[in-house]
Amino acid sequence: MTFASHYGYWVTIFLAIAGLYIVVARGNLVKKLVGLSIFQTSVYLLYIAPGKLIGGTAPIVADGFQVYSNPLPHVLILTAIVVGIATLALGLALVVRIKEAYGSIEEDEILAAERGD
Amino acid sequence: MISSHLPILLVVVPLIAAPVMVILRSGAAAWVLAIAVSWAALAISGALFVQVAGGGHVSYFLGSWPAPWGIEYRVDVVNAYLALLVGVVAAVVSVYSPRSVLAEIEPGRRYLFYTMYALCLSGLLGIAVTGDAFNLFVFLEISSLSSYVLIALGRDRRALMAAYQYLILGTIGATFYVIGVGMLYLATGTLNLADMAARLAGVSEPRAVLAALAFITVGVSLKLALFPLHLWLPNAYAYAPSAVTAFLAATATKVSVYVLLRYYYSVFGGSTVFHALPMGEILLVFSLAAMFIASTIAIFQENVKRMFAYSSVAQIGYITLGVALASMTGLTAGLVHVFNHALTKGALFLLLGGIALRAGAMRFGSIGGIGRVMPLTCFGIVLGGLSLIGVPATVGFVSKWYLVQAALERGSPWIAFAVVASSLLALVYVWRFIEVAYFREPDARVSALREAPASMLVPAWALIAACIYFGIDTDLTLGGAAAAAWELIRGPQ
Amino acid sequence: MTPETAILGAIAVPLLGAALIGAAHRVPDLREAVTLVTAVALFLLVATLAPGVLAGARPAAHVAEVMPGIDLAFRVEPLGMLFALVSSGLWIVNSLYSIGYMRGNREAHQTRYYVCFAAALASTMGIAFAGNLFTLFLFYEALTLVTYPLVTHHGTDEARRAGRLYIGVLVGTSIVFLLVAIIWTWAITGTIEFEPGGILAGSASNATVGLLLALYVFGIGKAAVMPVHRWLPAAMVAPTPVSALLHAVAVVKAGAFAVVKVVVYVFGVEAISGLASVDWLPFIAGFTVIAASIVALRSDDLKRRLAYSTVSQLSYVVLAAALLTPLSVIGAALHIATHALGKITLFFCAGAIYTAAHKSRVSELDGIGRHMPWTMAAFTVGALSLIGVPPAAGFVSKWFIISGALQAGHYPAVAVFIASTLLNAAYFLPIVHAAFFRRGPEDAHAAHGEAPWPMVAATTATAAATIALFFVADLPLALARQLSFGPAG
Repeated sequence: MTFASHYGYWVTIFLAIAGLYIVVARGNLVKKLVGLSIFQTSVYLLYIAPGKLIGGTAPIVADGFQVYSNPLPHVLILTAIVVGIATLALGLALVVRIKEAYGSIEEDEILAAERGD
Repeated sequence: MISSHLPILLVVVPLIAAPVMVILRSGAAAWVLAIAVSWAALAISGALFVQVAGGGHVSYFLGSWPAPWGIEYRVDVVNAYLALLVGVVAAVVSVYSPRSVLAEIEPGRRYLFYTMYALCLSGLLGIAVTGDAFNLFVFLEISSLSSYVLIALGRDRRALMAAYQYLILGTIGATFYVIGVGMLYLATGTLNLADMAARLAGVSEPRAVLAALAFITVGVSLKLALFPLHLWLPNAYAYAPSAVTAFLAATATKVSVYVLLRYYYSVFGGSTVFHALPMGEILLVFSLAAMFIASTIAIFQENVKRMFAYSSVAQIGYITLGVALASMTGLTAGLVHVFNHALTKGALFLLLGGIALRAGAMRFGSIGGIGRVMPLTCFGIVLGGLSLIGVPATVGFVSKWYLVQAALERGSPWIAFAVVASSLLALVYVWRFIEVAYFREPDARVSALREAPASMLVPAWALIAACIYFGIDTDLTLGGAAAAAWELIRGPQ
Repeated sequence: MTPETAILGAIAVPLLGAALIGAAHRVPDLREAVTLVTAVALFLLVATLAPGVLAGARPAAHVAEVMPGIDLAFRVEPLGMLFALVSSGLWIVNSLYSIGYMRGNREAHQTRYYVCFAAALASTMGIAFAGNLFTLFLFYEALTLVTYPLVTHHGTDEARRAGRLYIGVLVGTSIVFLLVAIIWTWAITGTIEFEPGGILAGSASNATVGLLLALYVFGIGKAAVMPVHRWLPAAMVAPTPVSALLHAVAVVKAGAFAVVKVVVYVFGVEAISGLASVDWLPFIAGFTVIAASIVALRSDDLKRRLAYSTVSQLSYVVLAAALLTPLSVIGAALHIATHALGKITLFFCAGAIYTAAHKSRVSELDGIGRHMPWTMAAFTVGALSLIGVPPAAGFVSKWFIISGALQAGHYPAVAVFIASTLLNAAYFLPIVHAAFFRRGPEDAHAAHGEAPWPMVAATTATAAATIALFFVADLPLALARQLSFGPAG
């Protein structure tokens, strides 16, 4: 096991941290949602990558094959992707309404508008 | 016949109601359906509680696929206690909601409000009864997403930002939870909680399990608003519609406490988490911080609902303190406070909704002297406040007693003093409300107000009466909590 | 009428009365009549329990099991019987006085006043008859909460601030100290029932006993042991009948009662006498006695002087209990009764002076005896009782207390009592002298005569009772004896 053989996990970690960083560091509401999506994507990778076994074939029982890749992570991630889409859609809908209410989608401008409360 | 399907019915009944409400498109029909569904949930959860109260559990295999391959719903006294709590709160809030929805939500959106309410209810009940880790995530997100929508329906435009903030933080929390589950799955190869517990013993690489524990703790702590991950709660509770605040304050964080306990005791094992690892000490620090800091912030709030929201953060600190003390008494204290605080805060936010309905404003500056024109509402808030402080003959006292007892049994009297000292902070902010409501002269606007309508007062006072009743007859609450604590500490059988 | 019914009735009757008083809001005469009838009914109900207790019975009533092992239950024992008799009896007199005062001063919110008063008496009965620490604590807190609207009756900023201090100190000390002490007692002994001889024996180390005693004494803030006494003078902002209630009928008496009850039935007089860790209590109490008397001496405001006198007299009871001898415990119990009578007389006088002459300062009282002879005569009786001079009741309790101090060989305590007697004389006798033997400024008292007749009647009644108790002390003495020596008495 070397650094390179775990590259899947390194990509996962990078995406996760990048996503979280964007959420924290960016004031634009849409960009925050982008960061959130990137963060969620890293999790998809976390599940799927280990599911593929080296030398494993598609998960359909057939003679002559002993090692199969695991289909369950794919199923789980399909669910997670759906959840992620719903979250993103909801988040964007909220951003649209916030734009209508405040005229801006920059967090600092919105907070300034509510200051004194 | 039906009784064998109770666990799945608990989730499916509200879940089906949601699209039916969308199809019917009528606010009135949606409201009737919401009440029916909530009371059905109460009945089903009550039946389940009765079934498992003596010990044992009810298993339900979705699609008849046996565990650990299929999704299993596993209800023991711990889940049933939580499900019963959610059922009680749903039943009361659903009766309360029509009048407040009429005032706070535009006509065109009312049926959508009830749709989201049904989805949220279904999600919370699903979290309570499921025995599968990923299924828990699905229901967690169902309840969370519908909560975001419910909060965003508030009148004030700040509700939108509050919902957005909650969305960001809540999704991060849920994703952390999923990462944790992923690691557990990689280590054990199963998603069934009971099976996971059995297989964790044989795991050769403990670092992954440790990391999973950490991720799950942080993720769930975001959902349960443990200080300092509570930042979404004050705004969300303050600007959401009244019925939503009451419902969420009484259920959402409590169900998250259950998730934490389920993982700590039934999956990882209490001795691993609390004795081999310093999780008790870590939770202790954050609980004490929540109790003192959140109570102090509450004292200085100008918005009444926000003040009680910070009070909720502090009270959640009491619950996690009970968990952190990790003894039979401590865990019982934490669990009984889950129930007691739900009753108290549910009642308080319902009564505050009455003030919001009549006065429109929720700022201390605008409600001076309101005790004279809305005597029943304000007296109810006083009684709820006394329960927050922990005056005997209220439910809050029972929780405080057990917390202090647990601290003394552990040989840490300073924790006992911390619990009672933070009650004094609660005394300060409750007394602030009393002085504003009763000692100020009402201005012209306040003098013209009437008492809240009966349809709102009756459910709210039902919860207040429950706060007093369960402060004197504690068989159900304390008995349930003790049975649940015993079931958890016993570990997987 | 079984004893059990009488006990539960003693709580229920004032509560029912409170509800009826509220219902009679629009008919003031009917409302006042309900108060008086309820007060008389309560006293009669309580009186039915007395023969049984004197004979050695300890009637009990169980209401509910609140938590496993912790009950809401009542049990009547001699000290509680004495306290209940004094409180319920004085309620009758106080109600009569209140009618005169509230109408004479045209006070607002009278219904709220009478309702809270009745509820306060219900709480007091709950304290008197409590069978365990939980029940005591429940009604103790209830008393604080129910008297808050009475203390802040006037609704002014000053009343609000005083109310904050009242609630802050009383609820604060009870939650932080008393509740922890109770739960700690529960944790180490497994019981919180009141038992003759105490429940802590053998379960706690000496240091723990000392610490617990501190938690109890400072947790029972109503006993006003320094430094948790500040709420008392602050509560003087209330109408005078409320001050009378606070100082004589219920609140401080509940505090003193609770301290004695805890010392006798939780710690056990014999069990802790001789322990070094409880030695500090007589000194703290003694300090309070002297310090409060000095403040009283220097106060010109009459009610403030009386307030600090009460702080001092309460610590008489605490000091007597802390001496841990049979005679001093008898003295402590008797002093609860005698001080109640003497103090209520003095407060009635203060209220009468305020209502009739609109005066509240000691320096303004020159020559008032000529215009208010009945009131000032009663004041003299009350003062004599507090100083401890026969033929006033205070002499009886002081006799036992000082005898107890001598029995214990605690000469600092004896010195404290002698010094405080002199101080009491120093701040009461000049008032009597000024009222009768000095001539005031000509126009000062010309416009007024005596106070309204209900007030004078009530004041005279308590003054007469103070003298009567000196001669006919059988009942309180018998009850107090049983406290020290058991049912055999």
